[in-house]
Amino acid sequence: MTSSLVPDIKEKVVLELNVRNHPGVMSHVCGLFARRAFNVEGILCMPVGEGVDSRIWLLVREDERLPQMIAQVEKLVDVISVARHGAEHVVFERLEDFFC
Amino acid sequence: MQISGAQLIVRLLEQHGVTTVAGVPGGAALPLYDALSHSTRIHHVLVGHEQGAGFIAQGMARVSGRAGVCVASSGPGATNLVTAIADAKLDSIPVVCITGQVPSAMIGTDAFQEVDTYGISIPITKHNWLVRNVEDLLTIIPDAFRIAESGRPGPVWVDVPKDVQSAMIEIDTLPAAAVRDTLPTPRSELIEEAARMIDAAVRPVLYLGGGIVTAEACAEAVALAEQAGLPTTMTLMGLGAMPVDHPLSLGMLGMHAARYTNYVLEEADLLIVLGARFDDRAIGKAEKFCPNAAVIHIDVDAAELGKIRRPHVGINADVKAALSLLLPKIQPQSRVQWLERVHALKAAHPMLMPGAEDPRSHYGLVLAVAAALDDEAVIATDVGQHQMWVAQAYPLRRPRQWLTSGGLGTMGFGMPAAIGAALAEPERTVVCFSGDGSLKMNIQEMATAVEEDTNIKVVLMNNQSLGLVHQQQNMFYGERYYASDYRKPTDFVKIAEGFGMQTFDLDKASNPRAMIAEAMALRGPCLIHCSIDVNQQVLPMVPPGAANTEMIGG
Repeated sequence: MTSSLVPDIKEKVVLELNVRNHPGVMSHVCGLFARRAFNVEGILCMPVGEGVDSRIWLLVREDERLPQMIAQVEKLVDVISVARHGAEHVVFERLEDFFC
Repeated sequence: MQISGAQLIVRLLEQHGVTTVAGVPGGAALPLYDALSHSTRIHHVLVGHEQGAGFIAQGMARVSGRAGVCVASSGPGATNLVTAIADAKLDSIPVVCITGQVPSAMIGTDAFQEVDTYGISIPITKHNWLVRNVEDLLTIIPDAFRIAESGRPGPVWVDVPKDVQSAMIEIDTLPAAAVRDTLPTPRSELIEEAARMIDAAVRPVLYLGGGIVTAEACAEAVALAEQAGLPTTMTLMGLGAMPVDHPLSLGMLGMHAARYTNYVLEEADLLIVLGARFDDRAIGKAEKFCPNAAVIHIDVDAAELGKIRRPHVGINADVKAALSLLLPKIQPQSRVQWLERVHALKAAHPMLMPGAEDPRSHYGLVLAVAAALDDEAVIATDVGQHQMWVAQAYPLRRPRQWLTSGGLGTMGFGMPAAIGAALAEPERTVVCFSGDGSLKMNIQEMATAVEEDTNIKVVLMNNQSLGLVHQQQNMFYGERYYASDYRKPTDFVKIAEGFGMQTFDLDKASNPRAMIAEAMALRGPCLIHCSIDVNQQVLPMVPPGAANTEMIGG
């Protein structure tokens, strides 16, 4: 496939964030993407373990600004860790039935 | 002992060495104010508008390097602080902002003076909290100081509902005071690589930003410049890091740099960037900035490395630690050829200061004030033409001498920031250069300057205009001056007298230099008024969006 046929389709990337669980943390994370004009296509968030921490899964598109975006996310005080997964990650695929 | 949340906040502020807070009380902050009234160690400065409190906190922080504290009530008290806190964020200034909030049970009901302070403050702070339980104050207040002052500093915001301020808590001892986070240490192989690049460079330039002041690494940076023979430029925030009359100083770079400074950068084959973020006002069109230069970038904030310009060597580290490792590895060089080229460019394209001899012209006034002071003085500015004229002309020679709103460019910054500086360092003379547009934006703080008997000297360059707007309408909008000139004059001397300030009007002085000297020698706040020509421009000027070599004028 030549890139000229599908110039706008970029690779999907799944980001896995471990965060401190409190009422403002989703605002911090989502607001950061929004104000840096970086589109987030999917968001999942649930508490993990005892509920002290949460895990946020974000579905985004590969973009030359993504490393900068991740660097900015890593600066958030409530973000404990950020991991980057490729499009092969199943977390959003398993939910597709709910979005038909 | 049983104490209230408000008392706990005050104890923790005292423990962190806070002796001055600026603010305005109001309903949702009254428990905190009641607790403050019992403190023998904290002096509260009552301001006219909360934005003034935010800038006073900034002024204290900018001269001391320690977090400044401001306090306000909920709703409009909080929203009035927003501009000053956003300004602190863009200039990486440590501020701890504490606001009252409506009682927890009323949050979300559109209660009187309720606003979503937490939500509003997210994008303009380094971190923020809505305190939900009184116990949480034990960790949040020390964390607030730690986060504000650690690494790349910034403002933090603690929103405290009224019931949390009033709630009682049983504590035996206070938690330990905040200790700043350890800073990232440089990787030795990157230091080696940087040293090799500096040694091998033919036309290197050292580029210092505000981070060099924050890191207290100015002496190390000057040592690097001298050892490696590096011509050195500074951003607006970095001014004072190297004395402007140092033989290696190129002064400020960017939109209003001297022509030669931008031409030297154009020829550079290596840029060593320390604690700077490639701001657009400094570098112009990013793709055309220093087109032939490799880049070494050292910054404590990893996200700045590669944000605008991809460095060949990016070092995420405390710049002071990095310089101490780098210095012994650098070959001493005199770099005669390159420095001769720099001097030739300087001779051909120097900074021009028309009217420098006339103390009643824009440049002349800046130089006349400087002549009446020594390097111990603090120099603050507002925002606009006067700010750039001061940045170009004032002989800044030490870090933390220079207080200006760099990133946000907030008119109204100058006078309250100067008051904060004078409160933190009362032995100094603090000058605030201002314009008539800027001064009006926080003119109510003249009352604060008088009430606190601060040693500030407001030097007003009055062109009865928003001068930089006027200038851009002249240059880029066909001389269509619109909404930039004030048609009726304001009597600023009378206003200042009304607030109880001493006043000096250079327009009426038979010997303006003597009048300036008298005003500077006076103890206490005063206004020095001078009318200037509205048609004077800040030159050279790089048009917004253009490359730095495409300068107009100068």
